[in-house]
Amino acid sequence: MTADPRYHRGPMAQAQSPESSLIHARGLTKRFGDFTAVDAIDFDVAPGEAFGFLGPNGAGKTSTMRMIGCVSPKTEGTLTVLGMEPATYGPLIRARIGVVPQEDTLDQEMTVRDNLVIYGRYFNLPRAEARRRADQLLDFVQLTERAESSVEPLSGGMKRRLTIARSLINEPSLLLLDEPTTGLDPQARHLLWDRLYRLKQRGTTLVLTTHYMDEAEQLCDRLVVMDKARIVAGGSPRELIDQYSSREVLELRFASDIVESLDGQLEQLLDGRAERVERLPDRVLVYAADGEAAAVAVHAAGLRPESSLVRRSTLEDVFLRLTGRSLIE
Amino acid sequence: MTVLSRVSSPFAFGSGRARFLIERNVYVYRRTYMTLVSGFFEPLFYLLAMGFGLGVLVGQVPGPDGRDISYTVFIAPALLAASAMNGAIYDSTFNVFFKLNYEKVYNAVLATPLGVGDVALGEIIWALIRGQLYAIGFMGVVLLLGLMPSAWGLLAVPASVLLGFAAAGLGMAATSFMKTWQDLDLVQLVVLPVFLFSGTFYPLSVYPEPLRTIVQFSPLYRGTDLIRRLMTGALDPVMLLDLGYLALLGMVGLAIVSRRLDKLLLK
Ligand SMILES: Nc1ncnc2c1ncn2[C@@H]1O[C@H](COP(=O)(O)OP(=O)(O)OP(=O)(O)O)[C@@H](O)[C@H]1O
Ligand SMILES: [Mg+2]
Repeated sequence: MTADPRYHRGPMAQAQSPESSLIHARGLTKRFGDFTAVDAIDFDVAPGEAFGFLGPNGAGKTSTMRMIGCVSPKTEGTLTVLGMEPATYGPLIRARIGVVPQEDTLDQEMTVRDNLVIYGRYFNLPRAEARRRADQLLDFVQLTERAESSVEPLSGGMKRRLTIARSLINEPSLLLLDEPTTGLDPQARHLLWDRLYRLKQRGTTLVLTTHYMDEAEQLCDRLVVMDKARIVAGGSPRELIDQYSSREVLELRFASDIVESLDGQLEQLLDGRAERVERLPDRVLVYAADGEAAAVAVHAAGLRPESSLVRRSTLEDVFLRLTGRSLIE
Repeated sequence: MTVLSRVSSPFAFGSGRARFLIERNVYVYRRTYMTLVSGFFEPLFYLLAMGFGLGVLVGQVPGPDGRDISYTVFIAPALLAASAMNGAIYDSTFNVFFKLNYEKVYNAVLATPLGVGDVALGEIIWALIRGQLYAIGFMGVVLLLGLMPSAWGLLAVPASVLLGFAAAGLGMAATSFMKTWQDLDLVQLVVLPVFLFSGTFYPLSVYPEPLRTIVQFSPLYRGTDLIRRLMTGALDPVMLLDLGYLALLGMVGLAIVSRRLDKLLLK
């Protein structure tokens, strides 16, 4: 799938001029040997917004985040973060950003509170100030009771919250979150989303990667869809859905022996009522402005799906449309 | 402009940020200080077993300047040097390996303003500080037992800093190339013969010629020579060579570590 030309011409993915961008990337490329992990991507992140990279495993999200975080040199292209070049001003940039890496890198040899205090020291905070902020942040992520605990026994969600607290110790204006909620249960995710939402309201710019469409929809003002090292589309969640999907989706499940015989048949009988039909291994998706009408047509034609469900389009459908694959394999 | 050129070098050591890594290790050892204690006793046991046991049989041996000294006075400086070296080796090999490959401490640190130069310098200094704790402890024993004929010997501990620097630098440099715990067995395989054969328990003159030259490249031999001359009052210009050689090894180690961390962690 090549990049959609509409996206490159369209105004929404590049809403900001480079001068006012917190992050500005043009033709940004990362190669590991012969392998291209990030292939000439363009994007801008404006102050105060929540910007997302949505894409499946191996799309190049982490590679991009590491370049922004000044811990991985770019191979080609332009990148400025907070108006500065990472290669030259890495320490200055890192002093002003917060990073939540994909894998937790908490200090196992220290207590929960000391993890925050020493991290504050790395940013040259006076000890008393580091302690004050540590206690505040523990409260913010609801870990005050665990302050004296070691890191090891914490649950996955607690570790993630602690990592987020740690990333905030230098009061960053830009926060990079690489899959902040992957592997967490719904309750833990909602707590994290709530904290991130509060940060955004305070004016912190959020840049996050995810392969959860609901996370992207919940948190991101704008996002780009990444696939195989490239950006294939960009815009607000709403814009993307409007542009690449229908208003509603009819999900049909058929007994497996029938599916084969349906080839072409659905398109015919839905003529005019469906914009598009997608076949997945376990179900058939009918993209239609009116899902209910499509369902009626299917039944009227004598087809008896095992189940049928009408729902609104999501970013998952956008991704499927753009890449021909589902987001989580 | 000086500020700019300083931030632009990824290997800059002058930022002073390395001290935060030392502070990190102090935080850790504040809670687990007992693990530090064992390293103090090893050289002490050697002193008792060799010095007061074997020493009875050996009696007097020629010191660095040819004058006879008691066997215990002969080996005490070597064991002080070994204390400084071993302490530095513990932290720069096993602990660094763990932090680098399992705990990912440096990955977390490098996301902050600290760079690989700061990490290398901070860890090496911390390792040599650990060696210094043992050297100071051992010096206490030496003074208590009256095993130091010359007041110059009071400089033995500061002099052992350079040996710690060389040992920590080389230890961490070697560790940065290791991939498995088995590789770490090499550390013992190197450290033990270095300890035994660096003029620790008998003078270099015991060896035949080619061996004698080879041993002179051992950092522990250089450290022992330096400290033994100080503690027995046998000062000699060769001590400048000892000092220079140890400093050089430490710098080489530091440079290798910085480069390796950059290659391993900032891909
Ligand atoms: N250090 C490296 N050396 C070689 N290849 C790498 C390296 N880091 C990443 N890659 C490759 O680059 C591609 C993109 O990886 P990246 O981690 O950026 O993807 P991602 O979008 O973050 O995926 P995930 O959702 O699994 O985290 C992958 O194919 C990966 O194997
Ligand atoms: Mg990733």
